[in-house]
Amino acid sequence: MGIRERLSGNEAAAIAMKQINPDVVAAFPITPSTEIPQYFSSFVSNGQVDTEFVAVESEHSAMSACIGAQAAGGRAMTATSANGLSLMWEMVYIASSLRLPIVMSLVNRAVSGPLNIHNDHSDAMGARDSGWIMLFSENNQEAYDNLLMAHRIAEHKDVLLPLMVCQDGFITSHSIENIELLEDDKVKEFVGKYNPEHYLLNDKEPIAVGPLDLQAYLFEHKAQQAIAMRNAKKVIAEVSADFEKLTGRKYEFFERYQMDDAELVIVCMNSTAGTAKAAIDELRAQGVKAGLIKVRMFRPFPSEEIAEALKGAKAIAVLDKADSLNGAGGALFEDVVSGMYVNKTHVPTVNYVYGIGGRDTTVKDIQKVYKDLEEVAATGEVGNPYRYLGLRGEI
Amino acid sequence: MSNLIEIRWHGRGGQGAKTASLLLADAAFNTGKYIQGFPEYGPERMGAPITAYNRISDTPITVHSNIYEPDYVVVVDDTLLDCVDVTSGLKPEGAIIINTTKNGDELRAALKGYEGNVYKIDARKVSMETLGKYFPNTPMLAAVVKVSGIMSDEAFLEDMIGSFKHKFAKKPEVIDGNMKALEMALQEVTKV
Repeated sequence: MGIRERLSGNEAAAIAMKQINPDVVAAFPITPSTEIPQYFSSFVSNGQVDTEFVAVESEHSAMSACIGAQAAGGRAMTATSANGLSLMWEMVYIASSLRLPIVMSLVNRAVSGPLNIHNDHSDAMGARDSGWIMLFSENNQEAYDNLLMAHRIAEHKDVLLPLMVCQDGFITSHSIENIELLEDDKVKEFVGKYNPEHYLLNDKEPIAVGPLDLQAYLFEHKAQQAIAMRNAKKVIAEVSADFEKLTGRKYEFFERYQMDDAELVIVCMNSTAGTAKAAIDELRAQGVKAGLIKVRMFRPFPSEEIAEALKGAKAIAVLDKADSLNGAGGALFEDVVSGMYVNKTHVPTVNYVYGIGGRDTTVKDIQKVYKDLEEVAATGEVGNPYRYLGLRGEI
Repeated sequence: MSNLIEIRWHGRGGQGAKTASLLLADAAFNTGKYIQGFPEYGPERMGAPITAYNRISDTPITVHSNIYEPDYVVVVDDTLLDCVDVTSGLKPEGAIIINTTKNGDELRAALKGYEGNVYKIDARKVSMETLGKYFPNTPMLAAVVKVSGIMSDEAFLEDMIGSFKHKFAKKPEVIDGNMKALEMALQEVTKV
């Protein structure tokens, strides 16, 4: 039946970690994810978990400690944001290339500089090619649920990749909202025990982890990583289906909201999707055929499925909460339109960079995008595809 | 979501506006509502103007933005009336609740033409009489519950004693004073 509670997104993530009870948590505090290891360390000192908590001196060491723990045969978790992830950088790639299913809470925040502590997705977008599975969460509930599903996805023998669960810094991490928690024993049963096939502390099978890998093999190993990422799609679908049986909460690669007859469609991630739903409810009452695709599974990217879902649209706007500064579009936009092109979905599509550095995004902002899409749909012309939402002044 | 109530808090860093918004969220949650309670994080310094928000609804809340057209505004410190546009977007059928000793004419003048409902309470007096110290957030919490009618006085007080027992587990001696502050504030808040 679940437990009715009210928690911030950070509290929800910390409680998920408590219920998962991993072998090792190594973390270094950084706004706005600081509360996650803070709450978790109190669970450790209160004896509510068996976890070894490693209070490291930097995020580089946090990820290094997780790598060591996971390679040894343990289950390791961490949490970070923005510049914390930047400092982990070297080890983030090593975690995935060593095929260590570490799980991270990434509370999204703008990467400096200049210094900003507020939400955008520049931290996550920087990590998009690092070989981590990336799940995005609209609210505290989804941040919690995605974490509960994370280990079964990451540790699956066909996957063996690290996984990060993203949520919006402050907007959901520090907002108290309703949530339905699972009972501890149900989480324990759902997550299951970690039984690695190969691990360093297995004295029956001495192995080396992370040795030199030159021209003869690195290519093959990278291809294996890529195949594992493709395999993750099937596993994410299976684990999500099991989770739905347990909780009634349905998670797909992406959520379709009012998509059955939608002509004007926004594609976005995390908390903005909730605001978009409220905008759509108002527009639908006025007869506007507005719809939403909320991407949950960003890595692996569901190219074919999104292209298929967008086939019936007349105009599409992809909202990026990070600017790729590439003279072209944001990361989500480029993934969506390349998936559409390859899968022969030809619908006029524009990109909006929005919400940078915590710039607030309102229902009215979202409705302005739908208004713009009406014009794109009517004329079939995209005009300038690289647009801004909520930016002051003219560019 | 016609049942949605949106509240904006204006206070100064250290006065507990954020805590009050979270306590309000808690109390409404405990009566079965869907809630949001969140501060607008900025430069967090003692005395700097801060803003916090509540959404309270009978149905799930999906919006994740700040509140620009609140039903109620709570002003925890009346010196903010000079420097913050506290009635910005406030619905005319809504209300503003101010911690102040100013009289009605002074308040109307300070609110620059806001024609909606204005309520006032001397939260300093309530706090000093019940707690012996100046914690304006507890009286303001009771005042906004009274004015908005989000829940009955009885349900509110019953819920708050539970919250205070939890919040002040390590200093139970302040629970009585805080409960008295709430009870007194429920009586003291008056329409201007």
